[in-house]
Amino acid sequence: MAANETAKDEQAAGDSTLAELCIAAAARAWADDGELLASGLGTAPRLAAGLAWLTLNPDLMMTDSECMLVGEPVPLGPRGDYRPKVEGWLPFRAIFDLIAGGRRHAMTMPTQIDRYGGTNISVIGDYDHPKVALLGVRGIPGNTINHPCSFFIPSHSTRSFVESVDMLSGVSYDPSRWPAGARREFHDYRLVVSNLAVLDFGGTDDQGARTMRLVSTHPGVSVEQVQEATGFELALADNIVETPAPTAEQLAVLRDRLDPHNLRATVFPPAKSSAAKKG
Amino acid sequence: MTAADVVGQLRDGMTLGIGGWGARRKPMALVREILRSPLTDLTLVSYGGPDVGLLCAAGRVRRLVFGFVTLDVIALDAHFRRARQAGDFEITEIDEGMFQWGLRAAAMRLPFLPTRAGLATDVQARNPELKTISSPYDDGETLLAMPALRLDAALVHVDQADSRGNGQVLGPDPYFDDLFCAAADHAYLSCERITTADEMLKDGCVHSLLINRSQVSGVVEVPLGAHPTGCSPSYGIDAAHLKEYSAAAADEQAWGAYRERYLDVDHAAYIKNAGGRDHITAIPPTIY
Repeated sequence: MAANETAKDEQAAGDSTLAELCIAAAARAWADDGELLASGLGTAPRLAAGLAWLTLNPDLMMTDSECMLVGEPVPLGPRGDYRPKVEGWLPFRAIFDLIAGGRRHAMTMPTQIDRYGGTNISVIGDYDHPKVALLGVRGIPGNTINHPCSFFIPSHSTRSFVESVDMLSGVSYDPSRWPAGARREFHDYRLVVSNLAVLDFGGTDDQGARTMRLVSTHPGVSVEQVQEATGFELALADNIVETPAPTAEQLAVLRDRLDPHNLRATVFPPAKSSAAKKG
Repeated sequence: MTAADVVGQLRDGMTLGIGGWGARRKPMALVREILRSPLTDLTLVSYGGPDVGLLCAAGRVRRLVFGFVTLDVIALDAHFRRARQAGDFEITEIDEGMFQWGLRAAAMRLPFLPTRAGLATDVQARNPELKTISSPYDDGETLLAMPALRLDAALVHVDQADSRGNGQVLGPDPYFDDLFCAAADHAYLSCERITTADEMLKDGCVHSLLINRSQVSGVVEVPLGAHPTGCSPSYGIDAAHLKEYSAAAADEQAWGAYRERYLDVDHAAYIKNAGGRDHITAIPPTIY
């Protein structure tokens, strides 16, 4: 690589937004997966899956987010003249079979997550009279017990990273939650990407169960800040680095090919004004 | 049959399966017909969309068996949310795959089918009636025994059917509509058009003939009968209508206005009030 190209890389990376940084970090979840279905549920996870396919792992498979397997990631939003390059059929019934067979790695956006990776998308508050009813558990129980999963959480706070989730929708590394005799080896949590940091499950508790571990912080974010925004004690990687910026190639793919309408600008909700906080 | 004939076959307290998925190909004209009848105390089994929201809002649900309720183009159904938060009905909240397994067990006259889904989560803890079993083979694995979801009746909307109940789905995903029919004592199809098998095969390949007549007790022709949900390729999800529907969850007055305009009227008036046939068939297929 010529020196001027290196400079261009650095400049492009320096220009990346927080959303672009997080999407590139999330893409690495699928880097070593080989040939399986990459499912990104939500704007950032879907862009991350597409980015992984085009820049990190050419063997990945994706759908058009409905029921067709496609030959390349489908751009988000209005498609104009673009037609998805269909190469297979994957209706929900086939997806359920594939989930049970394990050839999938999904990234979802749970409302709550705990130290052991237990997640909640069902309700906030009391189960019978919830403060907030969310979607329902969807396929999360089956996904998390059958194939690799990663998580994207756009608002890292003690409300999303909690000591104990209100309704355990996806399985966790807490051994006390498992019935004797259940097969646990298909349960495999990889990455957690938030607006502050990248985490994995490389920590261990006193009993040897895997726990969430801080791996990298985004530029300008300190380890203390991440811990303060987390409702449980994080394990810390030996060498916590700054989350690497996207490469110039990744930025070009993301901006020009995967997300021409800049839907990634909506990934992080705008900060509440101080007036709203007072109210 | 007419939609009213179908609802006339249903009884209070029944377990009712509703086909489709979220805001996709729901038998909404039949659901609205239920709302015009006194039918109540239902156990609903549904990959939930506005079918669930409407029946919850009208207080017709005793128990809901579900994995989710969503409007697709709007993440959460405001009517379901309101009723769920108020504790208006009992719930059996299960994984989507468990749901399919329950229907399949019922279709196959099995008491249960084994699965890993649901183990080690609050799905198991919140549904103490769910039992586990140990594999009788050398592996001895503990599995969840998903009980059969036997339905007293199922309601499904398809593109075309013949008068004997052979049904065709022209959209890209059949969802689980064939399983709903097979799991039910009586299944009723609403369809965009009643025609012949020969004609159906001009519109789609043989794989589109999803439902066979042995599983169907009655067929009703209700053009645009899935609106405001989508019936791809004929019409997409009516996002604007679903916004109006969601806003009707705000208070009694808003709900009353929605009910008067869209629910207390017959299907022809409903379609007219929803913008008319040309408007609905011009709604493009939904992009996900």
